[in-house]
Amino acid sequence: MPKITFIDAARETRTVEAKNGMSVMETAIKNNVPGIDADCGGACACATCHVQVHPDWIAKVGSPGSMEQSMLDFAEGVTEFSRLSCQIKVTDALDGLVVTTPESQH
Amino acid sequence: MAERAPDRVVIIGGGQAGCQAAASLRQLGHAGEIVIIAEEPDAPYQRPPLSKAYLKGEIEAERLLIRPESFYAEERIELRLGERVTAIDRAARRVTTDAEQGEAGLGYNALIIATGTRPRRLAAPGAGLGGVFELRTRADVERLKPALKPGERLCVVGAGYIGLETAAAARALGCEVTVIEAMDRVLSRVAGEELSAFFANEHRSRGVQLRLGARLEAFEGAGSVSGVRLAGGEVIGCDVVIVGVGVIANDEIAREAGLVCDDGIVVDRAQRTSDAAVFAIGDVARRPLVHFGDRMMRLESVHNAIEGGKIAAAAILGAPHPAEDAPWFWSDQYDLKLQTAGLWTGADATVVRGDPAERSFAVFYLQAGRLIAVDAVNAAPEYIVGKKLVSLGAMVAPGELADKSVAMKDIAARALART
Ligand SMILES: Cc1cc2nc3c(=O)[nH]c(=O)nc-3n(C[C@H](O)[C@H](O)[C@H](O)COP(=O)(O)OP(=O)(O)OC[C@H]3O[C@@H](n4cnc5c(N)ncnc54)[C@H](O)[C@@H]3O)c2cc1C
Ligand code: FES
Repeated sequence: MPKITFIDAARETRTVEAKNGMSVMETAIKNNVPGIDADCGGACACATCHVQVHPDWIAKVGSPGSMEQSMLDFAEGVTEFSRLSCQIKVTDALDGLVVTTPESQH
Repeated sequence: MAERAPDRVVIIGGGQAGCQAAASLRQLGHAGEIVIIAEEPDAPYQRPPLSKAYLKGEIEAERLLIRPESFYAEERIELRLGERVTAIDRAARRVTTDAEQGEAGLGYNALIIATGTRPRRLAAPGAGLGGVFELRTRADVERLKPALKPGERLCVVGAGYIGLETAAAARALGCEVTVIEAMDRVLSRVAGEELSAFFANEHRSRGVQLRLGARLEAFEGAGSVSGVRLAGGEVIGCDVVIVGVGVIANDEIAREAGLVCDDGIVVDRAQRTSDAAVFAIGDVARRPLVHFGDRMMRLESVHNAIEGGKIAAAAILGAPHPAEDAPWFWSDQYDLKLQTAGLWTGADATVVRGDPAERSFAVFYLQAGRLIAVDAVNAAPEYIVGKKLVSLGAMVAPGELADKSVAMKDIAARALART
């Protein structure tokens, strides 16, 4: 099972086991990782699941789809490494992925 | 005597709102007990997928959960599932439940009522026949799912969001679908005519039979439903019926306790009821909307449930009032994602941006030059910018909104400069 590491705003690190096919957002919620609200439950409607993908991983994770990109265009604190974590599907290729969660999703 | 814990918060109802209130109380530092009393057997779960991915069998039940079961133990939140609150004694500050008949009940320091809504039932003859379903809970879906087999004839009564999503899901499952709606357009309660026309057309092109302005008179059948009879006598044959004709607020226990209610429990900006120790949140609350001149509304959305939970938790703990969003909602039908923000009623003008025929467009609703709502179909920039402008009460120029060559970013900048 792939492992994903979440680093929160206070630099605290949590590494959890993920399941293929689930999203990175669901992986966080399922493991009680703080910092992701996911108000819409992954419907790409709320942008409260924003994470920064570690620069080493951004190529593998890939870039956002057009709907996600539009949501990000108007979110706070967006960088070239920003993704909505509900739109990242876990696969074996993402074993070891590192993402950072923001201080607040609003 | 009920035992009294001075810092115990009791939450009635384990839906989206109740779950959020509990999580927010802990997040904001509440150290005392939190007890959720919840009638359903499941830990708090999300309802939106019930008429979307879960109905289509695309996700398993575990993925409906708002939080994993371990969350409640970790956060010391006591979840009493399968238990129903039967009465609130405000003088003694305690609730009684069906699990402790005759006993003293459970004392509270603050009480949060998050009992949600239930589907409105039709009084029509035959409503109790087998094969007639409603869609609110996971249990409803478990009963309904086996009936939605390929080739089965489904009749959906009510063309609101849930009815139309169900129709789309049933088409994907291979059912023959007829939608019966009493009004002369779909989504008449929640959107303007442009959006109604688009969705009606979409459903028809997917093979759904739409019967608008059709009044249901009776369900026919012996034991199990075999058809629905319309006013005028026509009978539409079907094997399964789903009734989606709106909901009723579960405010009875609040009314019996003497709290002020008016189709929902009336609350102030802090979600406080007419009793300072009692709060109401989510679908069951009628609250003032700060972006709409404190208009009193009972909203039925995930946004409203989450926001209410956060506001009540902050009020109970004396924490700062959380920022409020303009109301927002989404709906998935076929490959269409509808995202909406604001409240469209009271609009004196509408502007369509983009071409509905291209299946990516938005409808903006204006009142005296201000943007009050947006419905965006496969059009995220229109939704995001629209939502922001609605929450700011921004003045917009219809000509700009309609002009696709002006980017939404620029429209936002100009509207803000004007406001
Ligand atoms: C099929 C469907 C699809 C939806 N799709 C969307 C969507 O796409 N987007 C969106 O924003 N919203 C959607 N909604 C609406 C959204 O799910 C609701 O607004 C939200 O669930 C309201 O949360 P709540 O906690 O206020 O109420 P509920 O979720 O209704 O929870 C209330 C709970 O309280 C329990 N309860 C009631 N009385 C008592 C009592 N006396 N004692 C103990 N427990 C009690 C009930 O059994 C229930 O479990 C949808 C709803 C449905 C049904
Ligand atoms: S969870 Fe709402 S956009 Fe990701």
